[in-house]
Amino acid sequence: MYTKFSIKKWLVAIALASPLLSLAADISLLNVSYDPTRELYVEYNAAFAKHWKAKTGDNVTVKQSHGGSGKQARGVIDGLPADVVTLALSYDIDEIGAKAKLTPKDWQKRLPHNSSPYTSTIVLLVRKGNPKGIKDWNDLVKPGVSVITPNPKTSGGARWNYLAAYAYALKQNNNDDAKARAFVGKLFKNVPVLDSGARGSTTTFVERGIGDVFISWENEAFLAQKELGPDKFEIVVPSLSILAEPPVTMIDKVVDKRKTRAVAQAYLEYLYSEEGQEIAAKNYYRPTLDFVAKKYEKQFPAINLIKIDDVFGGWQKAQKIHFADGGVFDAIYQK
Amino acid sequence: MSKKTNVLPGFNLSLGYTLLYLSLIVLIPLSAAFIKTTELSLSEFWNIVTAPRVVASYKLTFGASLIGASINAVFGLLTAWVLVRYDFFGKKLIDAFVDLPFALPTAVAGIALTAVYAKNGWIGSILEPNGIHVAFTPLGVVIALTFIGLPFVVRTVQPVLEDLESETEEAAASLGANRWQTFYKVIFPALLPALMTGFALAFARAVGEYGSVIFIAGNMPMVSEITPLIIITKLEQYDYTGATAVAVVMLVISFLLLLMINGLQWWANRRNAEAI
Repeated sequence: MYTKFSIKKWLVAIALASPLLSLAADISLLNVSYDPTRELYVEYNAAFAKHWKAKTGDNVTVKQSHGGSGKQARGVIDGLPADVVTLALSYDIDEIGAKAKLTPKDWQKRLPHNSSPYTSTIVLLVRKGNPKGIKDWNDLVKPGVSVITPNPKTSGGARWNYLAAYAYALKQNNNDDAKARAFVGKLFKNVPVLDSGARGSTTTFVERGIGDVFISWENEAFLAQKELGPDKFEIVVPSLSILAEPPVTMIDKVVDKRKTRAVAQAYLEYLYSEEGQEIAAKNYYRPTLDFVAKKYEKQFPAINLIKIDDVFGGWQKAQKIHFADGGVFDAIYQK
Repeated sequence: MSKKTNVLPGFNLSLGYTLLYLSLIVLIPLSAAFIKTTELSLSEFWNIVTAPRVVASYKLTFGASLIGASINAVFGLLTAWVLVRYDFFGKKLIDAFVDLPFALPTAVAGIALTAVYAKNGWIGSILEPNGIHVAFTPLGVVIALTFIGLPFVVRTVQPVLEDLESETEEAAASLGANRWQTFYKVIFPALLPALMTGFALAFARAVGEYGSVIFIAGNMPMVSEITPLIIITKLEQYDYTGATAVAVVMLVISFLLLLMINGLQWWANRRNAEAI
């Protein structure tokens, strides 16, 4: 999962370096993250290592592990020694605390902005020229429109997609739950394939040519556009979407055991610094620091963003009502 | 073979070793699944494993696996026959191709099959205009499970076919049997046990398959969700006990089916031995 360094090489390196740099310590951190942050953390880890070296003289190497957010959280629960986790949903970190007692209950209050240094949202990706004329969420329930999204039961990103559509329907129907349920029901009737993860859905939409519109993370949509050319896909910004807050935290039991608390703390805090925010913005995550956000204003269109805590009462509640077995999502497919 | 004439000494030692080995590799991990489900009450367990979505997935997984294994039984036998009985240019190459589904990472197989059968793929672009949808339907699941099961039948039937002496066929012919009679009265009974082993292996492999199916299935609840996906879905919700409950049901059904096939095989073997 994460990059392996040969032990021998390390021993040789340490043996050679120790007489010269007897003061500098070599520290390693393991950051367990989710799928689309690969590029972001490659850049950030290098920047942090430089910052930490300048500040303390210590060498810090950050190893990365990527995968589906839920799968990664289960890895940590089952003993993967992560110093920090940077996942897609706070629900996944809640479970690390609940199932394995590795983090305190109030972990999300430890850092600003609900422990989310950068945010993202959900947008619509359509084919060049927007042949089906998709402007907003209500175009997705029209007959004959084929919608691609991963399965909310298996994909964290898909849960954001679902909730964004649901929040739109609530707003259109004066918070009428029954109508919102019918809306997402109609939307999912237009979904021909439910991939298990976000990257799988991207492949279905981009490579297999299936679907008219792809509900996607904003950063993934930008990335797809950058990789495949703006001549193939267009981003459609809906009238309302959801503020996705991918949270970060350190795993207390692990950092205490490995004595890495100070550096893990600094690693997460530096995400909020100007440099950290710049790197996030460059990788298409919305920065939370005001003046960096201002600088990248043009890149990120203003969207009316609702918060999960305000509309759905937080992740725990949303998970229970909508995505648990027998929940609202399951009801769509039960006859 | 009676025990007294056994050439290998140390029956107790080797049996003990076998049991220890099986326990470590197979029984202990599997019994952990059973123990985990004891966290559930009987009615909770029953509700989980009989939920409509889960039942639909059993039907698809076991149904598609049976169809896949049956297709392989027919065409695997044919392939083995061709490879053993005829000599032709490129035979070694074809022989090697048979093993490819073994060696290929299943995810690669799944992605390749999906690419070919999707509406813009080579085969899909011909089939879809004619109303035959393969990718993202249960038919796609059958195709993926047929693909991964092929080597099992070919490789179990092949050696038996090689050992089958052509004298028996000549004898049958000289006694007045026509070609069909020679096949189903002489050759087929001799091949049947091996064919059934191959079928059972292909079936068992298909039931547990995840990687290749997940890409081509479409994963629509009630329609094209396989049971292993249901298990993953439950894990994704941190529902460890729910996941193991479904896993236990799969284990029990698989075990019973394999036991049945083994029983049939034993019966066929005995009948065959009596006939000779």
